[in-house]
Amino acid sequence: MTHLLAVDIGWGWTLAIKTVVVLGLIPLGALILGYTFLLKMMSHMQSRLGPMDPGGFHGWFQLVGDGMKFLQKEDIMPEQADRRVFALAPAVVVISTFLIFVVIPTGPRLVVKDLDVGVFYALAVSSLSIIGVLMAGWASANKFALLGALRAAAQLIAYELPLLLAVVGVVVQAGTMNLNGIVTAQQNGAIFGWDGLGNPYILTQFVGFALFLVAAQAELTQTPFDMPVAESELVSGYMVEYTGFRFLFFFIGEFGTAFAFAALAATLVLGGWALPGVHGGTADLLGPLVLFVKLMAVAFLIFWVRFTYPRLREDQLQAMAWKYLIPIALANILVTGLFKVWL
Amino acid sequence: MTEYYRQYLAVAVFIGAALGMVGAMLGAGRLVRPHRPQPEKYITYEAGSDPVGGWGQSNVRYYIYALLFVIFDVEAAFVFPWAVHLEGLGFYGLIEMAIFIVVLAVALLYAWRKGVLRWA
Repeated sequence: MTHLLAVDIGWGWTLAIKTVVVLGLIPLGALILGYTFLLKMMSHMQSRLGPMDPGGFHGWFQLVGDGMKFLQKEDIMPEQADRRVFALAPAVVVISTFLIFVVIPTGPRLVVKDLDVGVFYALAVSSLSIIGVLMAGWASANKFALLGALRAAAQLIAYELPLLLAVVGVVVQAGTMNLNGIVTAQQNGAIFGWDGLGNPYILTQFVGFALFLVAAQAELTQTPFDMPVAESELVSGYMVEYTGFRFLFFFIGEFGTAFAFAALAATLVLGGWALPGVHGGTADLLGPLVLFVKLMAVAFLIFWVRFTYPRLREDQLQAMAWKYLIPIALANILVTGLFKVWL
Repeated sequence: MTEYYRQYLAVAVFIGAALGMVGAMLGAGRLVRPHRPQPEKYITYEAGSDPVGGWGQSNVRYYIYALLFVIFDVEAAFVFPWAVHLEGLGFYGLIEMAIFIVVLAVALLYAWRKGVLRWA
């Protein structure tokens, strides 16, 4: 494996291969999350019988059947719609999801581009999806869609701030925004002088991690923050006029971003691809697997909350972001900074 | 091309790849999916009844949240470079940032007291 990675085939081909791999990985990640959590875990937790039935064992065929259904749906664009914007909106959401994966490291060298501004870039491009959502809601020329899109925009910008500010604590501790740098800082860290495990930042940044999870929940519009798509009042909000594959792109955007955020959280506070005592080529080999296990643990938390809590009210949602999460995040930055300078 | 620009070339390539995937899936779908146009199918969905009015209207109270957001988002852009260099800046940097954050917190408190954060 070390030898294989050491072969230099030029940056152009390297980039091409990485792009193709990630291109396959994102829908796969979305499907894994959709399958494991949305279909199976939800069925078990809420006693839903439907998704457990198709194909026999645990309803393994459900997702394949869903895919085929989407493939056969007629492509309908309402005649009132702003056609060009309507068609472009799902693409913007998918682009936003794709761009996050540029910086997520799955090994010391297994990363598309290890940008110096890593985590800052990831959060910046993740917020591009707001534009896609607003475009979809506006272009649909539908009252439900517009209401849903505006709710989504108000929610996404309100929770963008706790998300950004929660990460600052990790950046302060690691002294870098580069994601591989953050992983290495955790791997080489020590808990009160004992370096057997490194220093996963969840021990010191548990407040930041909790804030990040809550904000990510809202950014992904998962219940209890799913007012933008509230199916019982807004009939899926900004997605109401989309059919077939165009609808599927919003699904890929949602679950692909959930995959990315879980990977990001795992990288920031759980040590990412690093395993204690594993270095060099072996880390490249084991990295993707280690990161996958950690990100599934984070995703489990996100979906556990989703399947357990009822929906918040719109004013409660805004109050929670502005009155609680942002002040706590600001305090967290200062306390982390104090410890960093002091110790 | 320098290494710096080459890094961001990957970002451009990914935008292209995403557009390519969307295009390819929609193109492949066109081969399979049915196409039987009827005028009723293209009416705006409004829970089954005939649509009333045309385009919807938005609520103006959202814009105050947008203004608040801009302030704090700019703050976040300032905080990140500070966070990277805090070790070198030491106590001086920490106190500077504490003043900056307290000023912003006072602004948030002011907006709170003014009732901006009340959703009604």
